[in-house]
Amino acid sequence: MSAPSLASVGRSRPRPAWHVATVAETRRETPTAARLTLEVPTWPGSEAGSHVDVRLTAPDGYQASRSYSIASSTPEGQVILAVDEQPDGEVSPFLVHEVRPGDQLELHGPLGAFFVWRPGESDLPVQLVAGGSGVVPLYAMAAAHGAAADAAPFRLLYSTRTSADVFFADELAALTGPAFSLDLVYTREAPDGWPDAVGRLTRETLAARTLPAARQPRIYVCGSTGFVETVARWLQDLGHPAAAIHTERFGGL
Amino acid sequence: MSFATRGFSGRRREADTRLPPGQTLVQDWPVLSAGPTPQVDTADWELTLQDETGADHRWSWDELLALGVEDITVDIHCVTHWTRLDMAWRGVSLDKLFEDVESEHEFVMAHSYGGYTSNLPLEDLLDGKAWIATEADGAPLTPEHGGPARLLVPHLYFWKSAKWIRGLTMMPDNDAGFWEQYGYHLYGDPWKEERYW
Amino acid sequence: MTDHLDGNVLAGALSEVFTTDVTAARARCGGCGRMSAIAEAMVYTSAPGLVARCAGCDQVLATIVDAGDRLILSLAGLSAIELRR
Repeated sequence: MSAPSLASVGRSRPRPAWHVATVAETRRETPTAARLTLEVPTWPGSEAGSHVDVRLTAPDGYQASRSYSIASSTPEGQVILAVDEQPDGEVSPFLVHEVRPGDQLELHGPLGAFFVWRPGESDLPVQLVAGGSGVVPLYAMAAAHGAAADAAPFRLLYSTRTSADVFFADELAALTGPAFSLDLVYTREAPDGWPDAVGRLTRETLAARTLPAARQPRIYVCGSTGFVETVARWLQDLGHPAAAIHTERFGGL
Repeated sequence: MSFATRGFSGRRREADTRLPPGQTLVQDWPVLSAGPTPQVDTADWELTLQDETGADHRWSWDELLALGVEDITVDIHCVTHWTRLDMAWRGVSLDKLFEDVESEHEFVMAHSYGGYTSNLPLEDLLDGKAWIATEADGAPLTPEHGGPARLLVPHLYFWKSAKWIRGLTMMPDNDAGFWEQYGYHLYGDPWKEERYW
Repeated sequence: MTDHLDGNVLAGALSEVFTTDVTAARARCGGCGRMSAIAEAMVYTSAPGLVARCAGCDQVLATIVDAGDRLILSLAGLSAIELRR
């Protein structure tokens, strides 16, 4: 797969449009999340990191819409979502528990040109920092990076509650190699024999487990609002310029 | 091209003659916010009522409560389609605040800590139709719900019941407040579904 | 309380108005003059409309109200938007 030039990426980006998606497969991703594979015949493909608005309509016409990151820089015709249930949510419990193959949803997308990674854009290394289900768009970037055999080194720091809560655990393990490394921080419970302390990500761990500012990494941070704002502040304290830090916040509302 | 997705109903919606058109009954109390939540201590809190002479009427927290706090049970209707029935509030009637105010102006702009505004006709604030609310559901108003005090004008959509109230300014014309500038109705009667411009 | 998201979430609504994705576009705050990507604004979604505020000074940069058959957009808090050709 050859990398298109930056200019052509910008111009050829598909216009967002409404699409009808049919659920092809649903499986448990973590104890609180489901992975949905959607067949979308009109889907034009998307850049790694972009998102989609999912709209559900009730029989009486009531509608609810939420944004979800796309879990892969998917090819044409297919969209993979990994949806974490928000206990008080209206859309995510439905997507996690109720949806089954054959069901149809409306999608609006692909959306977002800011929080995306494009192969061939730069040789500078890339640091990804994920909090919980914020890993979804970052996994998409890592997968796209692997698929494109892109030369820029990738590193992912992933803060997760327990090993059972890791999204795309097998896929991330398979991507690990010379061009991609994975650092996990467990906030609740670590696997037996885990050498590091269990607990919230600290500034010291962030400094020790991310690329230093001297290597000028491009940085993508995704997680809850509190996580993103804390990490972004620490990264700037560690000498990373604000312009190098791309952020995306998600919320359960 | 919208179609119903099998099995999706959204939050439970019930029919009730006390629900204005397009509203859904809720039991909880959703938090809506258009900006950061101001944290205002009652020791620093002050309410100002300004008329066209420029004269200010001011009440500290204790002075407000000294006007007399009453129990209020009302239905509230949020423009985002939820309604709560028989909600228990406590607050001070605006009739008491306007008792000594002489004004020719027929409209009021409510101002909040944090910069939010909403416009209302004066007549909608008088004759037992509006309060400065300090408690809801049996407890002091939390900052998320507009505490320490918010306007309560339950016969209009709830965006009119400005959270974190700090001032009322008389005005000659019905100038638009925050949401009224950005697309919401200048008056906002839920029974007429006056949601947008 | 973390009650806001960021400008990435505006991409869907703004795509109804603009022919290119503007969340990656830089814009200048009319209040403090800060230049940043629309995606970096703080966006309050639990409100009667979407409210984008400057991450530097809290000024309202943009609002989007979904009025059913109409979309009501205000960009009144922005002094300028940079759109790449």
